[in-house]
Amino acid sequence: MTISVTMTVNGQSVTREVEPRTLLVQFLREHLGLTGTHIGCDTSQCGACVVHVDGRSVKSCTILAAQAQGANVTTIEGLAANGQLHPMQEAFREHHALQCGFCTPGMIMSAIDLVQRNPNPSEETVRHELEGNLCRCTGYHNIVKAVMAGAQAMRG
Amino acid sequence: MTNQAANQGIGQAVRRKEDFRFLTGQGHYTDDINRPGQLYAAFLRSPHAFAKIKSIDTTAASKKPGVVAIYTGKDVAADKVGGLICGWTVKDKKGEPHKAPRHDIIAVEYVRHVGDQVAVVIADTVAHAKDAVEAIQVDYEVLKPVVDVREAVKPGAPQVHPDVPGNLCYDWEFGDKAATEKAFASAAHITKLELVNNRLSPNPMEPRSAIGEYDPGTDTTTVYTTSQNPHVLRLILCAFVFGLPEHKVRVIAPDVGGGFGSKIFNYPEETVCVWAARKLKKPIKWTSDRTEAFLTDAHGRDHVTHAELALDKDGKFLGLRVDTMANMGAYLSTFASAVPTYLYALLLAGQYTTPAIYAEVKAIFTNTTPVDAYRGAGRPEATYVVERLVEAAAREMNIDPAEIRRRNFIPPTAFPYQTPVACVYDSGNYAKALDEACRLADYANFPKRKAEAARKGKLRGIGLCAYIEACGLAPSSVVGSLGAGVGLWESAQIRFNATGTVFVYTGAHSHGQGHETTFAQIVSDKLGVPLENIEVVHGDTAQVPMGMGTYGSRSLAVGGSAIVRAADKIIEKGKKIAAHLMEASVDDVTYDKGVFSIKGTDKQVPMAQVAFTAYVPHNYPPDLEPGLEASAFYDPSNFTFPAGVHIAEVEIDSDTGVTTIVNWVAVDDFGKVINPMIVEGQVHGGIAQGIGQALLEGVVYDQESGQLLTASFLDYCMPRADNLPSYKIGMIETPCPHNPLGVKGCGEAGAIAAPAALMNAITDALGTEKIDMPATPLKVWQVIQSHNFAAAAE
Repeated sequence: MTISVTMTVNGQSVTREVEPRTLLVQFLREHLGLTGTHIGCDTSQCGACVVHVDGRSVKSCTILAAQAQGANVTTIEGLAANGQLHPMQEAFREHHALQCGFCTPGMIMSAIDLVQRNPNPSEETVRHELEGNLCRCTGYHNIVKAVMAGAQAMRG
Repeated sequence: MTNQAANQGIGQAVRRKEDFRFLTGQGHYTDDINRPGQLYAAFLRSPHAFAKIKSIDTTAASKKPGVVAIYTGKDVAADKVGGLICGWTVKDKKGEPHKAPRHDIIAVEYVRHVGDQVAVVIADTVAHAKDAVEAIQVDYEVLKPVVDVREAVKPGAPQVHPDVPGNLCYDWEFGDKAATEKAFASAAHITKLELVNNRLSPNPMEPRSAIGEYDPGTDTTTVYTTSQNPHVLRLILCAFVFGLPEHKVRVIAPDVGGGFGSKIFNYPEETVCVWAARKLKKPIKWTSDRTEAFLTDAHGRDHVTHAELALDKDGKFLGLRVDTMANMGAYLSTFASAVPTYLYALLLAGQYTTPAIYAEVKAIFTNTTPVDAYRGAGRPEATYVVERLVEAAAREMNIDPAEIRRRNFIPPTAFPYQTPVACVYDSGNYAKALDEACRLADYANFPKRKAEAARKGKLRGIGLCAYIEACGLAPSSVVGSLGAGVGLWESAQIRFNATGTVFVYTGAHSHGQGHETTFAQIVSDKLGVPLENIEVVHGDTAQVPMGMGTYGSRSLAVGGSAIVRAADKIIEKGKKIAAHLMEASVDDVTYDKGVFSIKGTDKQVPMAQVAFTAYVPHNYPPDLEPGLEASAFYDPSNFTFPAGVHIAEVEIDSDTGVTTIVNWVAVDDFGKVINPMIVEGQVHGGIAQGIGQALLEGVVYDQESGQLLTASFLDYCMPRADNLPSYKIGMIETPCPHNPLGVKGCGEAGAIAAPAALMNAITDALGTEKIDMPATPLKVWQVIQSHNFAAAAE
């Protein structure tokens, strides 16, 4: 049995016939080929799969694709406009906030959401807010620096 | 050289070339790859730590939707597939080789740890494969397991393998026993410690994944896999497991999301994918979930050690002896035997002149996941032993911990320095690093801060760690004599295109280290080519010359040196072409930063023109081959020995047992640094893993059932952003004298230094050595209660 799911992903309306148990992350990766959103665990702990659903950060492994019916979803692939990196992506590059790159998409999506809610976060706030995104490479030192710098850039 | 290239060379904090694809979600990790017609594998895994498989019934499972095939160990055995091998043979005290019991890619008669493969389902979707796994019926005869080495060596303990009596893989020794006993006999003071080096799960954020694919038309097998060393994997699969010709097997390790050692090894799952792909003539894909990763990715550490340090009355080290039991898990993983032996005991001299050292190591099989190299691999365990002993000795003898180290450091004038445990240290200035670390940590004023913390009811402690590391294990003749089944050289190829752009092929593999940038910087520096005109290619055995991959912080010292050698060959050939173009003798041509010139004239030819001429050789030396490319293989003459000092400062809340890291200083000597930004990033990540080991992480098995109790991120405490501090990083530089770049390697330093520094700080705060890693709030609180420290702090 399949169901029809329609949503807007990175500005484009998409419809796919999927098994009802399909998770949003599987919908993005397997049905839309948007493999920038990663799967790093099976307990919604690591945050590698964070995307924006209607402007809020969501771990896309925690909701079914069907729950995003009609929603507006932004993934890491939808951030850079015309080859121009989003200020947060640029801050991650400038401050060497990524090594293997696997946690990076989720980390950036979480960081943007955090800055949208809190445009001028303290280091402590950044560390607390990123508690749901695991990185094994960087020790977070440069991620925290990048998010602070990205926040400043997003404030303009 | 263009101005652009001048700012992109050695020593520059160049932003990474590889970042754009990762930042925009366009990396290509193995699980992102899909092959036409691919099927999916899912494994049935043992729920028991130790059991005999009495029967397997796949009848119901095979009727589930989408199922193409179900295979058990008997099916694999019928095809005469070889077992997985250990590539390093350690010889025991009697000269006998270690015991390496058969490791089938799917268990045949017994399962020996929770998670052992029992069967594999191949189906049209992952979900269907997993559904069918649930429907397989297995009748087990459950046996009593053993998970702790201290139990496994006792008489009457469960025997993990029938052909390994007493679960003893090997009983090994190293060093001068008689000289060490003599040193202890003459000692004024002996410090003794019982230490547990806790078992860790590597947990790269990308889970392992593999696709096996077979093309009957060309009889070619392709393996996409999450590997740190694709050529080594190809060699093992071809020469040992399947008996396939190497030229018919291609291994591709595309973007790999971290490894930390765990992706060095040949695993059952990727091997099953290859076997099933050849059998079914369909691409077979498998991707681990995180629980499977906890159950099956090789773990790290797990040592139990009794260690003693002998000192004279002035705190001078006279001798060191170590008795270690190392847990190998249920099977001997690819390089497991080398980790607690040659990567451990050879580092026990640390940064010191200790004249006599003796180590005994027993490697023990248990009903747990196999243990192998994890970031540092043996060297963190050695540093932990040495630096905990040194700090404890200083406290016992009322000598300042920094001062006792100064009294025992190998002086900068003594290099090259022969230690009593085989190593010849290349270069170093240990006191300089200590002085700089003490300055950055404001070590002198620590007593004031401790007193201030005590007034607030907090226990404050400071801990030092002066670590030594051995990187780029070599030369091949030496590691071969120690039992390695491979050489440890590295390859490079530089290939100019006609328009002056460059491909660099390296046998090293980047899975976060930034080789695409660092290696390009070397080529930019040597050949005067702008970075954007250089493409570093790695991770594909069909493109790259045979190489040994990335582990042990070897890539720059060995792989980078190979690139320099290849660049030198390019320059030599370029001189001949340039001489012809300038109508001069080759002997008169000089080369500097991408430009060939004639001594004493203003004649010049840039590298790009030489490259174009090499491929469009209309006006060309008659005896010279066209083309401009060069290969080099580099086999170092020695290891490199990075070293440094880390200082941790903590404050402990005696009411809750919570340890807060209030300051962290790292001063490292990695020799010459190519990209300081990338090097600092490597240090940060290493420290985080070291702090994780000391404070948060620990694999826990139930002693009775052998169940893995820490099989998810909910149960295994990974360091998160709010667990960690920012770090103060300092560098000193004593170039490595024996490689052309003067580099030493930086990938593992943080993970080696951090556990001892942090535990020395915590034991300083608590006033007792009796606490093991991870120093969780519960353990710390229990120590405080048992010593009534809360009252003492008043």
